[in-house]
Parts: sequence; C-alpha cells; structure tokens
Amino acid sequence: MGRYVARRLLQMIPVFLGTVTIIFFMTRMLPGDPAAAMWGDKAADPAQLAAFKHARGLDLSKWQQYLHYMGDLFTGDFGLTMNNRKVIDVIGEALPVTIRLALLAFVFELVVGIGIGLFAGLRRGKAFDKSTLVLTLLLISIPVPVLGFVFQNVFAIQLGWVTPTVQSSTNLGQLILPAVVLGSISLAYVARLTRTSIAENLKADYMRTAVAKGLPRRKVIGTHLLRNSIIPVITFLGTDLGALMGGAIVTEGIFNVQGVGNSLYHAIGRSEGATVSGFVVVLVLVFLFASLLVDLLYAVLDPRIRYA
Amino acid sequence: MPTGTRVRWAVVSATSVALVATGCGSSGDSGSGGGSSDTSKTFTYQSSEPQNPLQPANANEVGGGRIVQNLFKGLADYDPSSGKLRMQVADSIDTSDAQTYTVTLKSGWTFHDGTPVTAQSFVDAWNWAANVGNNQINSSWFGDIEGYKDVHPENGSPTTDKMSGLTVQDDTHFTIKLYNKVSYFPYKLGYVAFSPLPEGFFKDPAGYGQKPVGNGPYEFVSWDHNSQVVTKTFANYQGVDKPKNGGVVFKMYTTAEAAYADLQSNNLDVMDQVPPSALANYKNDLGDRAIDAPQGAIQNIGFTLYQPEWQGANTAKVRQGLSMAIDRDTITKTVLQGSRKSATAWVAEGVEGYKSGTCGDFCTYNPDKAKQLIQEGGGVPGNAIKITYNADGGHKEWVDAVCNSIRQATGVNCSGDAKTDFKTARAAITGHQINGLFRTGWVQDYPLNANFLADVYRTGAASNDTGYSSPEFDKLANEADQADSIQDTATGYQKAEEQLALDMPAIPLWYYRTNSGFSTNVQNVEFDSFGNPAWTQVEVKG
Repeated sequence: MGRYVARRLLQMIPVFLGTVTIIFFMTRMLPGDPAAAMWGDKAADPAQLAAFKHARGLDLSKWQQYLHYMGDLFTGDFGLTMNNRKVIDVIGEALPVTIRLALLAFVFELVVGIGIGLFAGLRRGKAFDKSTLVLTLLLISIPVPVLGFVFQNVFAIQLGWVTPTVQSSTNLGQLILPAVVLGSISLAYVARLTRTSIAENLKADYMRTAVAKGLPRRKVIGTHLLRNSIIPVITFLGTDLGALMGGAIVTEGIFNVQGVGNSLYHAIGRSEGATVSGFVVVLVLVFLFASLLVDLLYAVLDPRIRYA
Repeated sequence: MPTGTRVRWAVVSATSVALVATGCGSSGDSGSGGGSSDTSKTFTYQSSEPQNPLQPANANEVGGGRIVQNLFKGLADYDPSSGKLRMQVADSIDTSDAQTYTVTLKSGWTFHDGTPVTAQSFVDAWNWAANVGNNQINSSWFGDIEGYKDVHPENGSPTTDKMSGLTVQDDTHFTIKLYNKVSYFPYKLGYVAFSPLPEGFFKDPAGYGQKPVGNGPYEFVSWDHNSQVVTKTFANYQGVDKPKNGGVVFKMYTTAEAAYADLQSNNLDVMDQVPPSALANYKNDLGDRAIDAPQGAIQNIGFTLYQPEWQGANTAKVRQGLSMAIDRDTITKTVLQGSRKSATAWVAEGVEGYKSGTCGDFCTYNPDKAKQLIQEGGGVPGNAIKITYNADGGHKEWVDAVCNSIRQATGVNCSGDAKTDFKTARAAITGHQINGLFRTGWVQDYPLNANFLADVYRTGAASNDTGYSSPEFDKLANEADQADSIQDTATGYQKAEEQLALDMPAIPLWYYRTNSGFSTNVQNVEFDSFGNPAWTQVEVKG
C-alpha cells in the first residue's frame, strides 16, 4: 500500500510538469497582447507600454519567461497578475469559496443521490423507481443555466426564501441554492448509477447467502449490498469532485459567487497568463489527489482489491 | 475613450458605460418620490473588481475608475446635469493665450488623512503620474504639458522627474505651460488622472493603491477583493456637491443578470446597465425606478481608408451611399430594443459643441439615393463588404441587421466578420489586417466635441484607426485648438466636423443610452453622460 501510494505520487510529477508547461505556452499564445489590452480601445502609449512590459518581464522571449516562471513556481511564487497582485492571493480568495460551494454540492449529490438510487433499486419497477427515472432524465436534460435561472426566479424573486445572489460567500445558508443547482445534474447520474448497481447486485449469489444466513435486512443492505454496489458511484464521484473544484462558470455567474470559475473566466478573457497558469496548477493538484483518493477507496470498499 | 475599453472591462454587457445625464426627460428625473432620507445611510452600486491599483492615473476601466472618481477630486469636474465644466478644488483656471494657464486653488481642502491640498499636491502628483517609470496607464494624458518628453521619453529612462511646464508659486497658485496652444485644456483637467495626491503616497505608491487616501467626497474604508469596496462620506469635503448619503458600497458583480436579480429584490440599490435580456421589460419591471438617459458615446462603422480601393476621390460617395442604406431608426427600435438612438452627427448628444444633423441626408435611410451614390462612386470593390467586429460584445445582432439593410437597399453583399474577442479584433484593426469595414466607437473622455473629433479623425491621432487624413479637417481642428475660449473651440470643431460629412471616413450609427434602474431604498438617482449616477445626490430613504 505504502509503495503504491509512493509510486502514484511519483507519477504525479511528470503529469504535473507536463500540464503546467502546456498551459503556460497555451495561455501565452492566446491572440492579442494582454499588456496593450490594459489600454482598451485606446492605442497604448508606446513608451509606457514598453516600460510596463519591461517591468513585468513580458519583453523576454517565451522560453526565458517559461524558465523564470518554473523557477519561481518551485519556490512557491506564482507570479503577479496584470494589476500587480500576487496570483497566490487571488487563488487564496477564490479557492475557499469554491471549496465550500463544491463540498455542499458534493454532499447534496452524495446523500440525496445515493439515497434515491438505493430506494429505487430496491423497489425496481415500482412507482418510486419509475418516477426516479423520469425525474433524473429531466434533470439531465435541463441545461444548468435554465435550472439556475428558474430556481433563482422561483425561490428568490417569487417566494423570497433566499436572496437571488450570494451576498456573503461565507454564509453556507446562501450557498445552498447554487449548490443544489450545481449538484443537480451529477445527482441524477449518481442516482441512476446507484440504482442500476443495486438492482443488479440484488440478484448476486452473496446476497442470497446473506439473506439465507438470516442476517437482519439492515445489515444485508448496509454492509453487503451497498458496499459492493457503490464502487462505480465512487469512480464517478471522484472525478466529479475534481470537476466541481474546477469551478462552475455558469452557476457562479448566475448567483454571483466569486469562486475559481469566475476568476478563471475573467483571467482567460484578459489573457492573464500567470493567473490562468496559477489556477490550473492548483486544479491539476486537486484532480491528481482526488483520483488517488478514489483508487485508495476502492481497496477500502472491496477487500479483494489490493495494491502492492 | 473608445467604446471597447469600458465594455470590455465591465460586465459582459453589450453596451458601454459612460456618464452624464440630464436632459433625461421624464424617466431621468426619477425617484422624485420625495420621501424622507437619511444622510448617514450608505447605498450599494453594481461594480466590477478594479483591474488596477486605485491610483488616479491608473484607472482607465470602469471598475476602478468609478471608485477612484469618488475618492479623489481634481481642479474641476463636470456638472452631472449639464456636462459643463465645474470648478472644484480650483477657484479659477485662467489663461490669456491658451498655452499658459494659471491655477488658483480654494483654501480649506484637505485629504482624508487631514493634510492640506496645496498646489504642490497637484504638481507632485502629475509629475509622478507622467513619469514613464511609474507605469501609470494614463500617463500620456499629461503629454500636453511642457517637459513631458523629459519624464516620458520615447526610449530610455527619464532625464528628470519634474516637468518644466509646472511651476508652483505658493500654496494656492501654480502655472501650467503647454507645448502648444490647447484652448480646451481645462476640460481635460476634469479627468480623474489630474487628481492631487497626498505626501504619504509618494513613499508607498503600491500601498496607497490598495488603501487610497484622496480628497474626494468619499473616503476609503475597505476593499474585500472580488466582493466589495466600502467608502464613507468624508466630513470635511469642500466640494460643491456635498454628499446627501453616508457613502457608497461598490458591490462586485460578474454578470449584469445577477445584479439585476438583486436590484429587483432590493439587495442592490443602483446598477450600471440592465442586462440585454431585460431590456425589453425593465421599464415594466421597475416602473418609475427605471432610467433611460443619454450617454456621451457613439457607435460607428469605420473604413480602412489606408487601402487603395478606398482612396479614390469618388469613393466618398460609396461610403455616403452605404451610410444611407442603413435603416438606423428601425434597427435601434427592434434589434437594439430602444437602447440606442440614431446618430445624426459624429459627436454624441449632450456633449458641449454637439450639433445635430451634421451628417445630414447621409445619415437618413434612403435606398434609392444610396444605390445611386454607390453607382456614381464606382461601386463597392467586388460588390461585397465585410464588417469586422468582436464576437464577445453583443454586436452580432446589429451587425447582421446593418448588413441586411445594406443588402436589401443596394444589393451589395454584406457580411459580418466576427473576431473571437475584443483583444483579437483590436489587434487586427490596429495591425491593418482587415478588409473594408469595421465596428468602432467612442466613449467621451470629457464632454466636449473636440474629444470625439481630434482624437479620432486627426491625421496620426492615436485612435485614428481608419487612417483618415484630411488636410482640411486638420487645418480646421488646429484653428479650433488655438481659439480663445472653449465656446470658440467648440464652434471651430463643428466646422471641422462638417468635413467628415464630405469624406465619410466612418459611418455614424447611433448614440448609446444608459438603461438602468434603482431599488426602492433610494431616490433622486440621476445619471450623467458618462453613464454614472450623480453619486453624491443619491438619497437613501430613512
């Protein structure tokens, strides 16, 4: 196990370096000059533009910039944004907001999704199962913006239960509505995955054995059925957690949540290479660790899976 | 400032944001409900995260610009209702030759930290901002002042850190000597880049950029990045526009839709511009809290006059014909849902020196005349034109409508040429990598017609993207610059503008409007031609 983890961690290094390198050059190759763009439509004063570029090292060749960037990165320096703030500070502001929102959405899809899936799987073909199928199909087919605007209109503007947008990103109560919107599509997938898996495993030999042994129903379902059925769901949830952390540009936009999605969107719009790279570096790490965690969870859930 | 800048930085709205207001007719003098107000209460305003430190000469985008505008006050500003120049820290700005200006300051003004505002505060601030080494985006605004080239050389380092044209006489007097005669220089002085700075600033410009100390109606309280900037009323403010409220809280929004939802539920008090999706209904939604006011901004279609096919003397007729083939009134009413007003000149409405109808018949829809003019001019090269625009600014709809109008009226094949985003489109336009026509526009830097003309159409002007070069226009503009008074300058530029009708370097399309609104918490909200509310006049209901 320890060796397995060590090997996985070592594998992360080339993946990490490769991604950072690709993103660095991709962002620097975006059309338009981010420095000149600070003047907007107005022609930039050439002398001022040159001085600005020189001060920010933007007049160096791409390779020199790359070496500087990588060098700084290993000392924990993510560089500066165009407006002279530390990229690490910008990430530090956006990331906690996104983490809160992502975790809320994650808990929502995990608890509600598995709950519905379990219930539907156990009563396969019954009314609840059928309505679950319809409901999840509906959720999957509604685009997120539609769902977001409908929820905002109904719950905030019509009913007045919550404010239409998030007024304070530390207020978990206000984050619930965007989290529900964000988690709803994944919720549908989780419910369907769980349902199918449960329904199939119900017919498995070990289930018949467990029931024949005279185990209480709660134990049959809890320890035997659910634990074995949850593996495909965990795979999905693992990648989904990464996706949630990557930010949700649309949902964040609708509910004015100032998280990773929004920061990244604006940074890309302004061709802010350093900011985009900085966020991506952090997101790559999140993805790598989330997938490692998922793989390790397999072993916990299914003792037959062993990592050497 | 060209329309793109503000658009680009502001929320992804289709329109730009600018300022001034008034003559806003019935919908403008809204909120005259006359309820009681509480002068200690603050109100919230829709904003976007400032893209630069909050230094006066570094604020050229709306997010930071409108905050800096409230924290600092220069020698003069513009009256929100008339757009006319109004003295603030200056008691007077006098000149006898339009080249040397003597500034007399009022006494009693202080910065928020209690230090007095003196002639030195201005001179030091300007010298610092003009210095190329200090990387201020608006440093070129000081280019008129003698000695600018020493602190801001085209190459290399500054040879000095003081402009020779600025001389302090005593605490309340200083003189400004310009390289050339610029009769409307005081109008430029209303721009926020010309604000004074306190002594402490120069020791720590970066720190002051995060925690600015100004002399304006509001003082800085806090800046939670990406969330809000809080200000409060400055008790010792000496300006003519004493705040009637307790401060402004600038709340950061990333989309206009989110802000509009908050406005409808009173979680936001005043907003910038309603989202395009709400344009059709916002007047119904908000009733007498809806704003529809003119802006000092214009949308044009420019021609690539630097290309040989547009250089013949007769090609002006083709351009005039194309202009007459555009049914402005219908497009502004339908596609643009009344958020624009058909243009009749190259200068926006409400600006000092604005004269309607300079474009005359050439800006009036007339398919027959259009066809005839295009034929007389030798026709459009290849009988096809392309209009280059940026796809991220909500321009596609009207570009298509304009093309349809031209196609139907004249049979000229017209199509839009979308560039991914604003940056890319700008790079293509300034790099002369486009063919034919392109979307362009101008948002006033100051409400004077010279700004719409000299900065865009003079030979070699920094924002002359069409490559227009007319000796007649240049001569008239130069004469106007030498005039003795601002009124004479404005009249002089009106003459120069007439030349544009003959040459048609760009087709004026329409003027921008502020389509906005406010919550039930506030009253007396009026917008100026820059698209900003008259901040200090907003009353918060008690």
